[in-house]
Amino acid sequence: MQNMPAPVHEHTTSTSHATLGAIERLAALTTATAVVAYGLSRRNVPGVFLAAAATPLAYRALSGEWPRVGNGHSANQRTREALSGDRGLHVRESVRLEKPVDEVYRFWRTLENLPKFMNYLDDVSDSGNGRSQWIAKGPAGTRVKWEAEIINDIPNKLIAWRSLGDADVISAGSVNFDTVRNGRSTQVSVHFQYAPPGGRAGALVAKVFGREPSQTVREDLRRLKQLLEAGEFPHAKWDTLK
Amino acid sequence: MKAVCYYGKEDVRVETVPDPTIVNPRDAIVKVTATAICGSDLHIYDGFIPTMKRGDILGHEFMGEVVEVGPGNKRLKVGDRVVVPFTIACGNCFYCKEQLWSLCDNSNPNAWMLEQITGFSGSALFGYSHMYGGYPGGQAEYARVPFSDVGPLKVPQSLGDEQVLFLSDILPTGYMAADNCSIRPGDTVAVWGCGPVGQFAIQSAFLLGAERVIAIDRFPERLTLAARHSRAEVLNYMEVDIAETLRAMTGGQGPDACIDAVGLEAHGTTLDAWYDLAKTSMFMATDRTHALRQAIACCRKGGTVSIPGVYGGLLDKFPLGAAFAKGLTLKMGQTHMHKYMPGLLDRIERGEIDPSFIITHRVTLNDAPNMYQVFRDKKDDCIKVVMKPDGRA
Repeated sequence: MQNMPAPVHEHTTSTSHATLGAIERLAALTTATAVVAYGLSRRNVPGVFLAAAATPLAYRALSGEWPRVGNGHSANQRTREALSGDRGLHVRESVRLEKPVDEVYRFWRTLENLPKFMNYLDDVSDSGNGRSQWIAKGPAGTRVKWEAEIINDIPNKLIAWRSLGDADVISAGSVNFDTVRNGRSTQVSVHFQYAPPGGRAGALVAKVFGREPSQTVREDLRRLKQLLEAGEFPHAKWDTLK
Repeated sequence: MKAVCYYGKEDVRVETVPDPTIVNPRDAIVKVTATAICGSDLHIYDGFIPTMKRGDILGHEFMGEVVEVGPGNKRLKVGDRVVVPFTIACGNCFYCKEQLWSLCDNSNPNAWMLEQITGFSGSALFGYSHMYGGYPGGQAEYARVPFSDVGPLKVPQSLGDEQVLFLSDILPTGYMAADNCSIRPGDTVAVWGCGPVGQFAIQSAFLLGAERVIAIDRFPERLTLAARHSRAEVLNYMEVDIAETLRAMTGGQGPDACIDAVGLEAHGTTLDAWYDLAKTSMFMATDRTHALRQAIACCRKGGTVSIPGVYGGLLDKFPLGAAFAKGLTLKMGQTHMHKYMPGLLDRIERGEIDPSFIITHRVTLNDAPNMYQVFRDKKDDCIKVVMKPDGRA
């Protein structure tokens, strides 16, 4: 994972703002209230932490914005600060496939393919010049959008990206493609680093709702493997009596 | 269609359910002409298998006629007569390419469940709980077969259903148990458990060159079958001391290989639940664990202990010290069905083996609730139940 996006360059691009519409704010408020109530009702230390963790969401519901860490920084500084050092969440997962490395690289580099195996993504569109628009499925049916750019791209070896501007999701990541087992298999190693909505608190909320980041990425890579190796996702359709 | 469904412990019902449909490109739909109740189905019946849900269709031993083929399947066509392996494998992953088909990476949509228990998930199975994929089983009039371009084995019309049905599980399972023993001409093989898998392990050991096979059980009808049909020497462990007798029979050396076709069931979705289950089932499982301990104790130095019997949990008082001291080889695991099926079909066609000899009961699907009980309680000398969904039992 030495190939993380090293220097973060200056950017002047401004993108969509992280403010919310009325329905989304209501959803955020409802969720925050429910989490706080649940946390407090547990009457124990983890419960209190859980309740506290929902505070940024409540702030977002009332103000329409995430609480600012620091003030008046430009967007690219936010990215850098949110992700610098050991801050933010790091997820490292890898998977091996019985497919040639160029095929796997090409599949991933065609960014429109990503929602095929990343369940939480709704849509990714490549707008050229290394820029891309990402739409993810947020909590309670909301949509979270951000723009990203590829900052390193070595065919059949590495793709690295980071989010741009004032994005809801501040993230950076890299995926390495390595030929292993004496040339027989390809290993895909993902390093995903992000400050999700509400930072660590948001991740905690996400975890409570079953979206533990490492497991999410592991399932994504499993689906990538299923799609490329088996050509389809295993699915036990079960519509009999329930 | 009609299907045998699980509704809870000792509660199996024949229900009318929607017909299966093609879901994925590599699927096929098979009209089931014959299906069997497996000994491992009884563990579901007894409520030992977690992640079963009400209404789940049971059964993983089945065969029939292909009635529909998905657009991604270039190998099967409507009208083909096929036997379906109980393990589901994609054919393209590392494990499938290594002939380790029952360890397929890509067939279990609920792999994460098994990963919590075992660290890794093997292949999915038909009709065997949601942690093994949640695929509807074959004790039904129709079944959807995923990855049907690599699994189902076409069988010639010259062979009857009863001759080829057991290619779906127990014949390859018994054969792999013997194959794992690396039998050399002149070897003596001891087999614990004379159920259907044990019977086929005995036959396979002879086919693979064993000079003597010693069969161990406590049910007279099963021992009689092993002796009469497969010329095994038989020992009833209710009557003789197994360790002492085996030593005496082999000049003090012990059998060259020992097969545990008994097994033990202890499953769970989390490690702690699993451990609890193992502990709580200990009273019931003492006899079963005993088989493996005894196999290890009796095996000759440098020999092989082969385990087709199913184990799920954490074993207490496992004699690893004895296995180490004697330099034993232990081999085990779900059967790599796809590897063994074609060769065994050849053996059936050549008349070297006729698996139908174990069948004791021929019934229709409607009889399933009763037959589960009869088979579980070993009433009526029941060894193997075959069901014909078309009603012509």
